[in-house]
Amino acid sequence: MESTSHAFKSNSDRALADEQLQRALLNVKRGFVYKRAKAREALPEFDALKRQAREIKDHTLANLDIYLEEYERKVVESGGHVHWAATAEDARRIVLKLCQDAGAKSVTKGKSMIAEEIGLNGALEAAGLEVVETDLGEYIIQIRGEGPSHIIAPAIHLTRDQIEADFRRVHPTLPEDRRLDDPEQLVGEARAMLRAKFLAADVGITGANFLIAETGTSVIVTNEGNGDLTQLLPRVHIVIASIEKITPTLEDASAILRVLARSATGQEMSTYTTFSTGPRREGDPDGPEAYHVVLLDNGRTDMLGGEFHEMLRCIRCGACMNHCPVYNAVGGHAYGWVYPGPMGAVLTPQLIGVHEAGHLPNASTFCGRCESVCPMEIPLTKLMRQWRTREYDAGGAPWRVRAALKIWALLAKRPELYHAVMRLGPAALALLARGKGRLRSLPLAGGWTQHRDFPAPEGPTFQSLWQAEAVRREAAAREAMMADAP
Amino acid sequence: MSANEGDRDRILRAVRAKLGVRGDEAGRRGLVRTRIDRAPAGIIPARAAEDRAALIRRFIAALEGQNATVQRLKKRAEAPEAIAAYLRGLNMPLQLRFGADPAFSEMPWDETPIEVRRGPADGADLTSFSVASAAAAETGTLFLASGPDNPSTLNFLPETHIVMIAAEDIFGPYEEAWSKIRRIHGRGRMPRTVNLISGPSRTADIEQTIVNGAHGPKRLHVLLVSR
Repeated sequence: MESTSHAFKSNSDRALADEQLQRALLNVKRGFVYKRAKAREALPEFDALKRQAREIKDHTLANLDIYLEEYERKVVESGGHVHWAATAEDARRIVLKLCQDAGAKSVTKGKSMIAEEIGLNGALEAAGLEVVETDLGEYIIQIRGEGPSHIIAPAIHLTRDQIEADFRRVHPTLPEDRRLDDPEQLVGEARAMLRAKFLAADVGITGANFLIAETGTSVIVTNEGNGDLTQLLPRVHIVIASIEKITPTLEDASAILRVLARSATGQEMSTYTTFSTGPRREGDPDGPEAYHVVLLDNGRTDMLGGEFHEMLRCIRCGACMNHCPVYNAVGGHAYGWVYPGPMGAVLTPQLIGVHEAGHLPNASTFCGRCESVCPMEIPLTKLMRQWRTREYDAGGAPWRVRAALKIWALLAKRPELYHAVMRLGPAALALLARGKGRLRSLPLAGGWTQHRDFPAPEGPTFQSLWQAEAVRREAAAREAMMADAP
Repeated sequence: MSANEGDRDRILRAVRAKLGVRGDEAGRRGLVRTRIDRAPAGIIPARAAEDRAALIRRFIAALEGQNATVQRLKKRAEAPEAIAAYLRGLNMPLQLRFGADPAFSEMPWDETPIEVRRGPADGADLTSFSVASAAAAETGTLFLASGPDNPSTLNFLPETHIVMIAAEDIFGPYEEAWSKIRRIHGRGRMPRTVNLISGPSRTADIEQTIVNGAHGPKRLHVLLVSR
């Protein structure tokens, strides 16, 4: 996927002015935020389970080399194949070859962020394969030629009437006068159109939420059942997953599942959680004849043991973006690549470079809601701050920001000077406001005053108030002591 | 696999270099071996450790909360009549597809007008019937194992899926349901597919409005058999 992350600012301006998008974004809160809060409320052990999920992942990452070997051994033992891919290009090549070796013409896909990350569809289509996304949201963005705007709800940036228009455009064989003004009718139409694709596909490609070392099992978590039809009906099932998806045991996967759906959609458990191990067994009347796992690195080992190690705990629930004021204001496409929101702000610079994606870690107020809802306790604001430092060190910050920071640093290191200047500020602003209490424009703060007035300070600074209060209290205490004295 | 041998070594070498380990440390290997062999359970939520009656109540409530329906039967032999009545109530054809599970042979199918087909779903079946291996009451989750007894296509292709679960196979937490699966298939071994099913298929991809029957069954009907 071509990145526009470098254009985050202009992307955001466009997003803020897009009324349809703004209407669609209201569904984030309606769909996710309230439901997550309710699900958490209903499980008193939730915070303890979060801590435990984090410990499971920390333990696994600390022993990742051994768990990877164990996992591979079990996959092979159950009749499957493991393919290691160092880069996105390696993974595309391996998957394409597997499809070609299977003599495939048509491929169905379950929703996979890794497939988005490596641009798999384009590579397969360029080789003449028909690729059909089967998750409803992914299907919708595929027919629109867009990328996902959310990691679990890829079409959340769209409204019902936009989807209706798309369905009428791409399903021209259906009667023109059919009704499509209800989500149920749209879902029914997608179901009917995709059913034939499921039954005709030669290869099914899914991602994985977990890869279990104990049993060599890949796990997918869905609500629609599309991932299941994708991996159940074709002759070949290919799983594409990054190496940090490894989880030791069925018990460990179950423990993390307790926080996954609750954090993602606010369900206690997603409708379908499917554990797949190897190809169909002798005597099985259905299931794929071949089972392949493509294990992708693509930058994960670079994160291991370093500043961004903790990001490898991420289970892709989407809670961080659902609760992010910036994501809620501009949506996922403004971030310009595959992963949006706070998790994307940490991951994207790692995967496509800080020069391209340096804006993303800056697109945060550091309010910390993301890390407070993260079920894996990833310190997202700390990680974003580390990227800011790196961007600055790499010379990525614009000269105005660098100059402002230099001046601030100069002041901050000299408390006397700092306080003197800070006392000047409010006085100057009050003067500028000419008693109106607000400022319509302000030098160096055009970005703010372009959209709203700047409130003028109405008195001395907090620091000087605090100091005055301290003096007053001390005096009062002295007086009280004098009064108490015999 | 041999073509990717280079990448395999490169990735494992990079992992070890970054973690500052060699890979042959007896301590780390032992830790991993023990964890996999013992598969220790972690925190079990209190809701999954209640008494039997409470667990059954929670199991039913959780499924109903996810838009499934639950019907209680005293014994397996009541299943054909119950299914016939259920399908009549929905005004659906009395046709049913199921696998080779021995439980089905013990049921009096010739006492009802249901037309029975055996084997995996072919895409044209309207209703299927499966036996769950186990269930976890904590979220109303059924565990269905693939194989000739209960082919996995039955879980997804028909519009209506009926699942039978014996009360004794309903456990509190997922961990106990996995123990039952391990007793059947052996430690460290799995059938091709284990489907954890907690309701009918659904989607919220259009404006976060929940619609049942996205790609899998529109209806999930659970027969809870006492013995």
